[in-house]
Amino acid sequence: MIQFILNDKEIETGLSPGMVLLDFIRYHQHLTGTKIGCREGDCGACTVLVGELVNDDLQYHSVTCCLMPLGNATGKHIVTIEGINHPRELNMVQQAMADAGATQCGFCTPGVVMSLAGFCLSDKAPATENAIAAVDGNICRCTGYKSIERAAMQVAEKLRGKKDPVEFVTTQKILPAYFAGIKERLHRLAGKIIAAALKDVADAKERPHVVGGGTDLYVQKHDEMKDAAIRFLLDHPDYNSIHREGDRCIIGPSATVSDLQQSAIIQEAFLHFSRYAKLISSTPIRNMATIAGNFINASPIGDLTIFFLALDAQINLSPDPSPGERRGRSIPLRKLYKGYKQLNKDPDEHIESIWFELPAPGSCFNFEKVSKRTHLDIASVNSAFYIEMTGDVIQKAGLSAGGVGPVPMYLEKTSAWLQGKKITEEVIAAAIKTAQAEISPISDARGSKEYKSLLLGQLIRIHFMPLLKK
Amino acid sequence: MCLKPFADMRTFSYSPSGGGGNIDTYTHVRGESVYLDDIPVIAGTLYAAVFDSPVAHGKIISLDAYEAMRTPGVVRIFMAADIPGQNQIGGIVPDEELLAVSHVHFCGMPLALVVAETDEIARAAAKKINATIEPLPIITDPREAKEKGELIVPPRTFQIGDTTSTWAQCEYVFEGQTETNGQEHLYIETQGAYAVPQENGVIRIYSSTQGPTAAQRTAARVLGLPMNQIEVDTTRLGGGFGGKEDQATTWAVLCALATYHLNRPVKYSLHRMEDMRMTGKRHPYSSDYKIGLSKDLKILAYEATFYQNAGAAADLSPAVMERTLFHCTNSYFIPNVKATAYSCRTHLPPNTAFRGFGGPQGMFVIEAAIARAADALGIPASDIQQKNLLHTGDEFPYGQKAESEANECWNRMEELYQPEKMQQDIDAFNAANQWHKKGMAMMPICFGISFTKTLMNQARSLVHVYTDGSVGISTGAVEMGQGVNTKILQVAATVFSIDPARIKINTTNTYRIANTSPSAASATADLNGKATEIACHEILNRLKRVAADELKVNTEAITIKDECVYCKGAKTEWDWKKLVMATYIKRISLSELAHYTPPGIHFDPLKEKGHPFAYHTYGSAIITVTIDCLRGIYEFDSVKVVHDFGKSMNTMIDVGQCEGGIVQGIGWMTMEEIIYDKEGRLRSNALSTYKVPDIYSVPKEILIHPLETEKESLAVLQSKAVGEPPLMYGIGAYFALRNAIKAFNPSANISFDTPMTPEKVLMNLYPQPLKGG
Repeated sequence: MIQFILNDKEIETGLSPGMVLLDFIRYHQHLTGTKIGCREGDCGACTVLVGELVNDDLQYHSVTCCLMPLGNATGKHIVTIEGINHPRELNMVQQAMADAGATQCGFCTPGVVMSLAGFCLSDKAPATENAIAAVDGNICRCTGYKSIERAAMQVAEKLRGKKDPVEFVTTQKILPAYFAGIKERLHRLAGKIIAAALKDVADAKERPHVVGGGTDLYVQKHDEMKDAAIRFLLDHPDYNSIHREGDRCIIGPSATVSDLQQSAIIQEAFLHFSRYAKLISSTPIRNMATIAGNFINASPIGDLTIFFLALDAQINLSPDPSPGERRGRSIPLRKLYKGYKQLNKDPDEHIESIWFELPAPGSCFNFEKVSKRTHLDIASVNSAFYIEMTGDVIQKAGLSAGGVGPVPMYLEKTSAWLQGKKITEEVIAAAIKTAQAEISPISDARGSKEYKSLLLGQLIRIHFMPLLKK
Repeated sequence: MCLKPFADMRTFSYSPSGGGGNIDTYTHVRGESVYLDDIPVIAGTLYAAVFDSPVAHGKIISLDAYEAMRTPGVVRIFMAADIPGQNQIGGIVPDEELLAVSHVHFCGMPLALVVAETDEIARAAAKKINATIEPLPIITDPREAKEKGELIVPPRTFQIGDTTSTWAQCEYVFEGQTETNGQEHLYIETQGAYAVPQENGVIRIYSSTQGPTAAQRTAARVLGLPMNQIEVDTTRLGGGFGGKEDQATTWAVLCALATYHLNRPVKYSLHRMEDMRMTGKRHPYSSDYKIGLSKDLKILAYEATFYQNAGAAADLSPAVMERTLFHCTNSYFIPNVKATAYSCRTHLPPNTAFRGFGGPQGMFVIEAAIARAADALGIPASDIQQKNLLHTGDEFPYGQKAESEANECWNRMEELYQPEKMQQDIDAFNAANQWHKKGMAMMPICFGISFTKTLMNQARSLVHVYTDGSVGISTGAVEMGQGVNTKILQVAATVFSIDPARIKINTTNTYRIANTSPSAASATADLNGKATEIACHEILNRLKRVAADELKVNTEAITIKDECVYCKGAKTEWDWKKLVMATYIKRISLSELAHYTPPGIHFDPLKEKGHPFAYHTYGSAIITVTIDCLRGIYEFDSVKVVHDFGKSMNTMIDVGQCEGGIVQGIGWMTMEEIIYDKEGRLRSNALSTYKVPDIYSVPKEILIHPLETEKESLAVLQSKAVGEPPLMYGIGAYFALRNAIKAFNPSANISFDTPMTPEKVLMNLYPQPLKGG
């Protein structure tokens, strides 16, 4: 049995936990305000909100429910457009959309409204740019973005003075009053659900699929997943922390991109992390996509994989997915990949944790990504670079690149070659040449091989530019 | 009781809570608007899925559906042999089978229709169908098709003056070639239909279509039924952009075919990848141009040859090709023109209407020719553009005389935005920045309003006034985000002078309004709005006569304003509701079906001359862009426009159409890249590989300044058509990028090949040395 709250209603369903929440909402609950545009998380028409208790705090975030398995709704508050309607009047977000003339055909509109409602419920500062960032996953093909921007501006203005989001939106009558009681209702649901979920998996006979956020699995294997036996790891309390032990940062496999963005450890270690994150998919996808999922998916252009490859991150693999038993092995991330979507890993093994050495004082790090569309797109080429210097000599360099070979690449030769060099124009040019000899890009929808090779050279140049100026 | 006077209808805003310019806004923002897949399904509904050709060209050897048929839950699988009438869906040319019989002509061509108890079963079963197809040679390139004589229709040539004898008089002559890629419609609501059996063999089809009559006519033809047996009903579309003008028909007819045989409701709502794979797009064009200028930069002669990539069947291609010819000189007067167009048959899905309908493809070529000339002469393209703008009385190559606003728009644009100063700022920026370069381009537009097929310029409106004073209106217009329902409602509210809240615009239904033209060509509001205006006036006159009788005065003495009846300017005791009831009691009709055709339009395709357009819409834009010369990526800084709205009847809707059209046009010119491989398979087949603008790719600033005129009596309430024209401002994006690239790499040899993706930008910034092999 899967239990959660859908809008103002308690749900208990025996339907397959592998079906996507979108189908449950539309075809089982007949809530048709949530639209289907692409079923691959790329349009945002199916955006809904997910509320959950985090350290006794009720937090909401947006997701594209076409990629969210029903099982991941367990114990949460799922909010669709129907759940934020006032009986006979528009709420503040809806009014802002109306005032700005921000609807044309209207098909993307509920998704846009939900993203903005998610912004109202978030602890983000009420600034226009944050409101616009909230709709970064919503495609409007009437391309009425200017009016959506104007609506977002109005929403941000109306949120001035927001402290506790849930209290604010209910007392200001932005969202329906029932939101005020959700925290208590989720508490009541919580305990028995976790026990039940663990038991379900223990009962499964076949080897279960391991599902984190589902953002890739449900694009690649949508039909297969519906009736599959699934072990849900997204909400496992042992699997989504980000913490520090000495100079190491240890990341749970189910930590999402958004978790990284919000982590003080990550923010401190990578000054520009929020800029990098903005280049990675969209807000609702970042809210679901896990780091281990990005690694295991083995896409040659996985953004986080490229990010962590440059840091020479290590992964702990466990043959037993239940936490606490340390019988696994540890390998560098760069050793995980042996060919296109081929891993040095038994099917039984799972990533238990990820760790990397936090950047040394005085070191530099940069992440670059270029795609056809700057945001919400898959990279043509991405690259990350970590460098430690002593004086003007390179002590240690880690260079990674995606989209230039069958696997996400740690550019070993170039990285090793750089060690001991001084940074000059000639060294940069030689490094680019070495890197271009190390890669094997192919021509595809993301660009010709000539382009990818040129582009990688450019990205390497960009990595070095701030160092050259010193 | 009379209402308080309400706001002027031109600044009309409506919603139960008082905001928004579109009557649909209230339900849109609440998720309560009903699209095809939201219609509550009737018990017993079955679900369909198409099995489509995996190869682009071949002979069907066998089609094995045995395994598929054995799938539990599969009800039946339909093939060509199950079609009771004609297996033919071609609208202009009867050259397209609904289900392939002996040959397949494109990847995605429907071969069979699986009908099952659920959507999932239907799709899973379709995957089990096995087609053995003997491959035949595949053509994807339009020039190759033309060489091999694969033409959809004979070529057409528009001609004015004599180019041949003019070249010698030209100081400068330039020639070249251009390529414009296609564009995926990507309406966020995919194609779909839902057929429901009625008594006596009637089939009602709910269809997400811009052309309900096309769906009705084709369903009748395929099923061998009279048209009155087919009812097509459309509430609204989640985007159309031309993609649902002709190509919504296939799904409507397939569902109807299954319903015809099974007498059960059958629904098919396409998955995104099915939609992208099986439907046509904006036509790619390959074109040649030759332009000749005088010493003072007057364009004396222009020749163009267009090779339209029509895909595997005619669809709307001949009409699209025709509009390319109509717009081949854009907003310019050129005394000697010869333009020839070939509609070339290739093995791609039949390409179809897309906002602009061939016009943008024609306009790109003349803009490229001008840019090429400007490059060679070392002058800004705007010098040539400005000198050649149309004046009133100038003749288009097709014989119509211009009523031009081109210079007015351009001059206003210069006054308002000071492009010279903008260019100076850009030059200063470029001098000061090594790794970022800006570029700017101007883009004047001129777009003809009317269906170029004269007979399609007709519309009907059925207006009922009910005895409680409420009003119901049905027309042939389909609402797809362009705001046509709001505009029609405004027309009625204005003529009757009543509260807009009394008026309801009904679904578009072929039982209420017959023989409709599709909602297309930017003309929907004009045609259906004018018909509504006539119907409302007819009813209003009857109401006035009743009031005059009751008040014992002449009809001329009666006016109705803000729901109050005035007699010789003085308010009376009579109001709208009372007058409506009195009219009913007198047994006078409160309903009217009005018919409208715009006067004065004609075209002779033998001479290729005439007066095909009711009027033209003009405008001028300045587009600026900044390129990141390290990464090859770019951001548009601004689009500054003066647009000829006539007298806009709904500023919010019209500005929305402008802003949206501009961004869609920029998308076509920049990131939207359709990729077919040599086998005719679509590689950009999902939203992950075909990118349309997101909120971060829109220009930072879009300024739309209205050129307000009240000249155009053929526009509804003098408010000119606005659906398509603004898209063509987006063409300027390509030329702005080109100029920015040249600021970094003055020797760049940039081919006229759209879209200008970040890949092409980077490759032009850093040209690669040619390598052997």
